[in-house]
Amino acid sequence: MNSPGHRAFSPGRIAAITGNTLTELTRLKIFYVLLFFAVLLIGTSIFMARFTFQQEFQVLKDISLGAMSIFTSVLAVVTAARMIPQDMEDRTIYTILAKPVPRSEYLLGKLLGVLVLLALSVFIMSALFFVVLNLREQAVLSETARQMAGAPPEQMADALAAVRASAFNVNLLSGIALILVKSFLLASLTLFVSTFATTTIFTTIVMVFVYFIGHLQAIAREYWLQTNNGGWMIRTLLGLVALLFPDLQLFNLSDDIVAGTAIPLTLFAKTIALGSFYTGFYFLLAWSVFYRKEL
Amino acid sequence: MMRSFAVLLSVALFGAAKLPAEHAMAETQRALHLRAVDFGLDLREQVGQLGFIAALSGFRSLVADALFIQAHVAWERTEWGRVLLLFRQVTTLQPRALLFWDMAAWHMAWNASAAALNDPAQPRLALRVKAQREYFALGKDFLERGIKNNPDRPQLYEALARLYRDKYFDHEHAAEFFGKAAQLPGAPSYDKRFAAYELSHCDGREKEAYEHLRQLYDLGERERLPTLLRRLKEMEIKLDIPLAQRIPDQLP
Repeated sequence: MNSPGHRAFSPGRIAAITGNTLTELTRLKIFYVLLFFAVLLIGTSIFMARFTFQQEFQVLKDISLGAMSIFTSVLAVVTAARMIPQDMEDRTIYTILAKPVPRSEYLLGKLLGVLVLLALSVFIMSALFFVVLNLREQAVLSETARQMAGAPPEQMADALAAVRASAFNVNLLSGIALILVKSFLLASLTLFVSTFATTTIFTTIVMVFVYFIGHLQAIAREYWLQTNNGGWMIRTLLGLVALLFPDLQLFNLSDDIVAGTAIPLTLFAKTIALGSFYTGFYFLLAWSVFYRKEL
Repeated sequence: MMRSFAVLLSVALFGAAKLPAEHAMAETQRALHLRAVDFGLDLREQVGQLGFIAALSGFRSLVADALFIQAHVAWERTEWGRVLLLFRQVTTLQPRALLFWDMAAWHMAWNASAAALNDPAQPRLALRVKAQREYFALGKDFLERGIKNNPDRPQLYEALARLYRDKYFDHEHAAEFFGKAAQLPGAPSYDKRFAAYELSHCDGREKEAYEHLRQLYDLGERERLPTLLRRLKEMEIKLDIPLAQRIPDQLP
């Protein structure tokens, strides 16, 4: 029975668990990933000096967003997969749950710790990316200005505008936000899998499969919805894939954003909402399994 | 057991609820040309197994960039066949990247075609010219497919117009594509002028060309560039426009 001063739901307790999870993950030297990212960016921008500025910016943006997507997906799966098994191995879970901390708060705190880590990583990687992009843009701008020193002001302005248009584009922020939302979804799903998995390695392997199937889900769904071909077994299998797995391709808009396509605000908002629904739903599932789990 | 069943049932119910939303979003993306890549056997054959898996896993642009860098190296070594193959793969993977279509067409129609015409290994001029024309056609094919994938952006229409103008000397088609580019949002102001210039070279369409040029002239000083004035003067003489309606002669 709860003591009179004890609250059934406490944001303070959740924040404490979130803070501890974040500290724990930071001690794992997770942020070394960011060092790799920085080296990759700087290395890429040096190598790209052989290209024209349009090619250079296109490849720099592709590589940066691609690397962000890889790193955040891996971070989400690896960190979320070890949360519960590690706490059980270290016996910290028993210390926490022996206190009047509901399991839902423990789980939410753990998930939020991972989400904050992902958000921080994406923020730092984005900052690094924008710094490198800006430095290259400034270098190209000054080079263009020097080359066109004798040209009429209108032509000079056109040339500089072309350089600026090839570099930073506000849509890049939408691409980065979608990468983050996709990693949130993966973290939440991994946490759900880890509530019934027995080892970290099992969770990670399951998530690798889920990742690939999630990217193929759209093909299965379209086939299932639109054709009547194939036997009942194939159709059942496709139906199960379509129902059970999230469509991860929906979040892969950064390829097109880098290519210069503007993403309409409504589509962006719907994708963010879908990602948030998935994150929340998988958390509820994780909680429903963890609620009665024997520890 | 009951709990597992309940969890599985929840996932299936949630799946049934999210399915129409996902389907609608995928359709919206397709309408916006965002899911233009067809993950079929053709692509699998083109990019290899690893590339195909990477592309399927959401790293399409990374695979495309790796292939683009290889194409750049192949171009430096003037391995035109390899350049063509690699650019086909790159454009298949990233059909919304205008740069790749434009580069592919430029390599084929300008660089490879010039190399073919000056090929010292081929003594017969007719065969060299034939090879050159084949590279023009490859460049044109890249641009046409690029336009199909990006009908809403002016850059490739403009590139195709330049190809018709500079390589085929086909002013009618050049005018058509400069005109199409000019109508799209984000087109540079010169596209409209270039469409009129090209039209002024087409036999039998002088009257139409004159009207376009005159419209541009009437827009004001900003449009009255030397080429426009010269073409307008030529059209006035050709069409025998009454003196009163002609533009004033420019001071020397």
